[in-house]
Amino acid sequence: MTTSTVKSPPERPAPVRVAPPADGPSRGERTMSVFSQGFLALWAILVVLPLLWALLTAFKSDQEIFTSPWGLPSEWRFDNFARAWTEGNIGTYFINSLIVVVSATVLVMLLGAMTAYVIARYTFPGRDVLYYAFVAGMAFPIFLALVPLFFVVRNLGLIGTYPGLILVYVAYALPFTVFFLVSFFRTLPVSLIEAALLDGCSHAGVFFRIMLPLARPGIISVGIFNFLGLWNQFILPLVLMPDKNKYVLSQGLAVLAANQGYRSDWSALFAGLVIAILPVLVVYVAFQRKIQEGLAFGGFK
Amino acid sequence: MRHGKYPFIVSFLAIPLLLYVVFVVSPYAQAFYISLTDWKGLSNTQNFVGLANYGELLSDGAFWRAMSHNLVMLIVVPLFVITLALLFASATAISRVRGSRVYQVLYFFPHVLPVVIAGILFAFFYNPQAGLLNAFLRVVGLEWLTRAWLGDTAVALPAVMVVMIWGAVGFYYVLFSAAMKSVPRDVYEAATLDGAGKLRTLVSITIPMIWESVQVSSVYLGIAALDGFTLLQSMLPDGGPDRSTEVVSQYLYRTAFTDGRFGYASAIGVALCLITLVLAIFVMRFARREQVEYA
Repeated sequence: MTTSTVKSPPERPAPVRVAPPADGPSRGERTMSVFSQGFLALWAILVVLPLLWALLTAFKSDQEIFTSPWGLPSEWRFDNFARAWTEGNIGTYFINSLIVVVSATVLVMLLGAMTAYVIARYTFPGRDVLYYAFVAGMAFPIFLALVPLFFVVRNLGLIGTYPGLILVYVAYALPFTVFFLVSFFRTLPVSLIEAALLDGCSHAGVFFRIMLPLARPGIISVGIFNFLGLWNQFILPLVLMPDKNKYVLSQGLAVLAANQGYRSDWSALFAGLVIAILPVLVVYVAFQRKIQEGLAFGGFK
Repeated sequence: MRHGKYPFIVSFLAIPLLLYVVFVVSPYAQAFYISLTDWKGLSNTQNFVGLANYGELLSDGAFWRAMSHNLVMLIVVPLFVITLALLFASATAISRVRGSRVYQVLYFFPHVLPVVIAGILFAFFYNPQAGLLNAFLRVVGLEWLTRAWLGDTAVALPAVMVVMIWGAVGFYYVLFSAAMKSVPRDVYEAATLDGAGKLRTLVSITIPMIWESVQVSSVYLGIAALDGFTLLQSMLPDGGPDRSTEVVSQYLYRTAFTDGRFGYASAIGVALCLITLVLAIFVMRFARREQVEYA
């Protein structure tokens, strides 16, 4: 441990040095390695298997789902997807989700970046209070606000409307967005701002023409997290979107699943699940490196 | 930065701040006040009743039953998730296993999968007739183990916890992997020279080095275990067989939006929030262990 310095003496006794095993590290280590390889592969199977099963089930007939849960579908029934899209209303829910989540993500990125930039790069009275007020928003559980939030939104006449849900999504995504973008804007050089101001650029001009383009990598990372997080949102629409025609996907699927007892169309339900997974899968595959880097960079520092 | 600085700041902050105050700050503040009233139904009469709701909470069997389910989750879920994530991360990070990139991509996916979808999927996975689990047990000759997993008071909650663990491991795996990358390699080389095995290295070197990540992770997992609304609501909407899986957030939702007891529901929310905060502070302050600093 030559390069490491210990901040203060550890409370536990220092690790006892173990003498090297007589026959070298090979045997025990190799068993261990095979063992851990096996475990890693097993977990990968456990992750993939339920998803693969859902995909196959989406192509089966209702009867097949119950008689051969293991097998491949006897024929690939694409009409399950059509039925889910139209009769199961998945199409409507899908478009509702898209409208709400995309608008909210775009809006929260714009407003969040503006807030974060001002907090990161300007000094003004109350700045720290403001910053901590946003950060604290990440710590409070959402269900505590649920009852009053319902009445706030109702009193504004926004219950069951897209704008109502969008604005609430934006408000609840702000803390996370501001928190991460503040640290991002702080890494950008101040000299650029000063030079641009000297050249006669306005404050807003500096933000939109110089800082926003520079902050693109950070904005994309946080934007992906927001998109995935809001697509996942369930409890807010459950309370704020009672209008059946404007249900978002997660809500619609939950209702569809709960109603299976009465008119069972399992194959359409599974097709609906697959349709709902697709956008998440696309975003994930396209950006997975960025998502994991973002996690490693910002990840709870 | 001179001319027009303040007008600029105000113009940038006005809208986000307004949204934040109206939809986030004010509901949280109101929740505390509403919890001190007897507000019921959609009527507008709110009488101040002091701490009466909290008094009722203390002797409310349904609340404590729900809380006990959260507490079981609070202990079991973080324990399994962190143990598995640490084992997987150390297995790929230290020895540079082939294909660790593939593992990262696969393992992380359940985290981005919407919880509702995972819930519906696994509710069907546990289905007594058509579910994959019972089908598998029949194939491998463990017929006697098959059961209605979510209909059995003894196994319904564990079955849900398995799904929670399934969904969470990948996220913490990636997090721990990233933290382990910043541990200098010569520390490991020194340990290997000293003859430390893999498990020994993990316990004596890796975990102390990334202790802060482990700590923060347990807070996050604890908060998730004290909530659990979305997963349980999508797997067992009615609180499970004989309400054996109802959690506090579901009880709160039922109290507020089915029974219309807003005052009492807010008291449940405040209580749950306080427990969450106490837990977070406890883990961050008292489970502290001197972080080893390197470089």
